[in-house]
Amino acid sequence: MRAGVFALCLLPFAWLVYSAATAGLGPDPAESIMHITGEWALRLLLLTLLTSPLRRWSGWPVVLKLRRMLGLYVFFYASVHLMSFCHFYIGWTVGALIEELAERPYITVGFAAWLLLLPLVVTSTRGMQRRLRRNWRRLHRLVYVVAVLACCHILWQARSDIGEPLIYILLFAILLAWRVKRFTARQKN
Amino acid sequence: MGLNMRKRFSIPRIASSEITSESAYLKRRDFIRAAGLAAAPVVGGLSLHSEAAKSTGGAALDYVAATPGVGGFYTDEKATPPGDIASYCNFYEFGTGKGDPAHYAHEMTVDPWSIEISGAVHKPGKLHLEDIISGFDLEERIYRLRCVEAWSMVVPWVGFPLAALLQRFEPTGKARYVEFQTLHRSDEMRGTRSYTSIIDWPYREGLRLDEAMHPLTLMSVGVYGKTLPNQNGAPVRLVVPWKYGFKSIKSIVAIRLTETRPATSWETLAPREYGFYANVNPQVDHPRWSQKSERRLPSTLFNPNRIATRMFNGYGEQVAHLYQGMDLAKSY
Repeated sequence: MRAGVFALCLLPFAWLVYSAATAGLGPDPAESIMHITGEWALRLLLLTLLTSPLRRWSGWPVVLKLRRMLGLYVFFYASVHLMSFCHFYIGWTVGALIEELAERPYITVGFAAWLLLLPLVVTSTRGMQRRLRRNWRRLHRLVYVVAVLACCHILWQARSDIGEPLIYILLFAILLAWRVKRFTARQKN
Repeated sequence: MGLNMRKRFSIPRIASSEITSESAYLKRRDFIRAAGLAAAPVVGGLSLHSEAAKSTGGAALDYVAATPGVGGFYTDEKATPPGDIASYCNFYEFGTGKGDPAHYAHEMTVDPWSIEISGAVHKPGKLHLEDIISGFDLEERIYRLRCVEAWSMVVPWVGFPLAALLQRFEPTGKARYVEFQTLHRSDEMRGTRSYTSIIDWPYREGLRLDEAMHPLTLMSVGVYGKTLPNQNGAPVRLVVPWKYGFKSIKSIVAIRLTETRPATSWETLAPREYGFYANVNPQVDHPRWSQKSERRLPSTLFNPNRIATRMFNGYGEQVAHLYQGMDLAKSY
């Protein structure tokens, strides 16, 4: 099960590598690489947030075991996304990166989301989970901030058709609503 | 004039053996495709760029080839391959993806076609496709094309000056601007049927009359010597090489001369991001990205081909005088 999901999550990246090697990305690989890595980072993030509700509904404990892997994949795709930006758009110059971060809010927001993933990745091991105890759960609530930032990032970069960003935002809103509902229900009891 | 003459001879000529013909390009692509298929038969069909994307237009045109030297009509920069020009397009009427126009533009009927010319002209009327293709002296112009999204190409267009068309309809003394309109036929343009698109169709563009009458301003009917592929704006489109690509409106059905500045699509949608002038200007950034440099296509993984963007896309010598005394940071 875990090996299967691992392979599935790797597919978009494998497809990118294959297409890049066979010139299948067309005359402007930057565009498709940025698009595909960014989209998959967000999709996997939403999938990560789906694990808790899915376990509730299905009762399969195995679903929760996939959460860490999915989360790490989010970081993987977000990192390739950021690296592609540095490579294609600013040519690895620090000055240009600082200028982009200072002047373009959607890039600031995207970069902040990536930064907030770092502590989550570092504390993703079982050992860290044990050591941090209750604080681990508190820390990992940062994932909601990351999701909000990621949604802003994708909505902000849309030029004329906001259909796709709206779908992601709607899905995130549903996942969030489920948690809010559960939380308020627990408060009442 | 004397300066121009000297320039004419300062540009090195390219030996004809160095220029790759379209058929050679296509053969090379076939070879690459065959190699790819042999290596991975299972995923061979999984390409972003379909067969349709590789079609590069139709009938051969009769035109005078571009030669080095005259006022910006020619560049010796490496031309972008025809397959790339035909597969990587912004034509939102067919979808916002770069590959969408190549996939879906064949659904647009381009024959019969006519352009209606109206407004401040002495002889308003219609131009039919036959009159457009055979009624003007066609010439080749090799222009740089700089998209507002910070990528660029070098394109060998075939067309005629817009001035020649406008003169035929005799603009009146009141004409100060020219407004253009793209075809809007929703059953043939799937992008215009999107409920989440915030563009108010039809697509509209405009120029000041002096910009429209400038010799660089071209009405293009072809690329690489053949009629335009639909996705590149068939059967007739505008090309204004010193402005961002979105000014070069595609598949034109109406031209109106006006006294007041026309409302244009992108300016209406996001006035802070897209101005009426939209002159290529590395000093004025788009609010969401830098305009200081561009990716000259084809760009590859290991060679992104990032080059510095030039003022007026390198056509300053020809057009800078049009904007004398204007603050281009404000009139962007």
